[in-house]
Amino acid sequence: MRKPKKLLNDPNNVRQEVMQGLVYAYNGKLTAIPDYCAVYGNHISNEQVVVISGGGSGHEPTFAGFIGEGGIDGCALGEVFTSPSPDQIIELTKATENGNGVLFLYGNYSGDGMNFDISAEILAEENIVTKTIRATDDIASAPLSKLSDRRGVAGIMFLYKIAGAASQFEKYNLENLYQVVAKANANVRTIGVALDGCALPQSNNFNFELDENEIEIGIGIHGEAGLRRQAMTSSDEVVKEMIHHLCDDLPFQTDDRVCVLINNLGALSNTELLVITRKVGIELNNRGIIIHDIAVGHFCTSLEMSGFSITLMKLDDELQHLYDLPCQTLGWRK
Amino acid sequence: MNLLQLRKMMLFTAQRMVESEPELTALDQIVGDGDHGIGMKRGFASIIELLQDEKFQPTDIGDFFIKIGTKLMTSMGGASGAIFGTLFRTGGKSIVNTMELNAEVFAKFLNDGWQGVYQRGNAEPGDKTMVDALSAASKSANELTNLTLNEALPIIAKSAMEGAEKTKQMVAVFGRAKNLGDRTIGHMDPGAVSMAFILKYMNDYIHMQ
Repeated sequence: MRKPKKLLNDPNNVRQEVMQGLVYAYNGKLTAIPDYCAVYGNHISNEQVVVISGGGSGHEPTFAGFIGEGGIDGCALGEVFTSPSPDQIIELTKATENGNGVLFLYGNYSGDGMNFDISAEILAEENIVTKTIRATDDIASAPLSKLSDRRGVAGIMFLYKIAGAASQFEKYNLENLYQVVAKANANVRTIGVALDGCALPQSNNFNFELDENEIEIGIGIHGEAGLRRQAMTSSDEVVKEMIHHLCDDLPFQTDDRVCVLINNLGALSNTELLVITRKVGIELNNRGIIIHDIAVGHFCTSLEMSGFSITLMKLDDELQHLYDLPCQTLGWRK
Repeated sequence: MNLLQLRKMMLFTAQRMVESEPELTALDQIVGDGDHGIGMKRGFASIIELLQDEKFQPTDIGDFFIKIGTKLMTSMGGASGAIFGTLFRTGGKSIVNTMELNAEVFAKFLNDGWQGVYQRGNAEPGDKTMVDALSAASKSANELTNLTLNEALPIIAKSAMEGAEKTKQMVAVFGRAKNLGDRTIGHMDPGAVSMAFILKYMNDYIHMQ
């Protein structure tokens, strides 16, 4: 059986070393709270609502890699594939909040939900006001009728984009910020595909493995089961099915304007990613859907998982205006 | 059981939990994302450190459990950190000012701890979570309050393990395992196994004495 092979130091220090790496990569634009494995941007103004995220490590550049001007403001780094703990979130919030309220924006997983909720309850006792949005873009994780059960995956990047633009440049108050990010969340859909599994740094085994001639449609970013496993087929066939599922789910219609995200889950080549991008473009064009912008690359990975996801965000005028404002983050610039 | 004995029992339990990591990890690689064992190991390794620190001087048994819960919550993260932390913190809060752990106090700890876990995560028995082991233990403890702790704990621990075993037949509706649906049938929930192990090791310690 094939064994994982990783270029790491002590696997138990991964998240601290990721945090240190981020500080260097941001080159003076990021402050770390090392004892709590949390980071925040040096751009935060006194007039804005603070947007804080957090989640497991292993998805880089999500989540902390989207801190910056026009992006999110702070992030608590959990262990690999594990949500941060309340003390991390609380210390980060206290270090960044400025009296305008705080938006917690993170993926919809039970651990993240409970730990952020515990934090929000404790912060409320200290008169720090928070509101929460949980990204629920993964269409494979629950039916549309149970939308609030869905996982948050790569589509969270679009929510960061909207939240950062609205809070920093347009000075939305907490309630208005909550409303616009909730609207964006309702307009974002993602589906992923895996060719093979990934392994936690401490583990000698892959979390799951697929046969040589097998792929899994609808995979989650921690290797959660998708819609089905099936025989390997061509890139075009896979993309065609994914676009069908996405367009069916919202649904998207002719003349809708969308932002597109083609996300590498870790180990695909750029060659494969661009071949995928080509077919996404063709499929959307065939449906008369207008591509307002398209981003291709590593945004929400699953360690070294081989696979990719496609995200669509349907735009209205408000979302398009916010999306078009600039952003300067490590993971994505516009 | 006094505070000093309880401290020794929990140290033994924490050491055994750390040793159980491979078993818990293997289970979670089937039904979850493979991090449960690693998280429990990290949490209970922190408990070992806490209990070996002479500066750790809880005032009573409730305070002892609250501090164990806080340590689990802050060192583990994840759903497991929130849930197991909540169990010990809520259970502990319900028995503050107690200096002697007996079967009645332990039943109150489990009952109120279970309530806290329910309020935090909304999982009910049958949902294939640690609650299946905890609720079984709690119900069993309620019937045994007239016994000594030494007499009650083996039965409580056995009930918890039976509760964990029953999760084999269940379809997960919580956490990441829920996406596997029927594929989770035949495999125990790792959180339920952890819950059962904690009580098993507490019992093992008492009966080694």
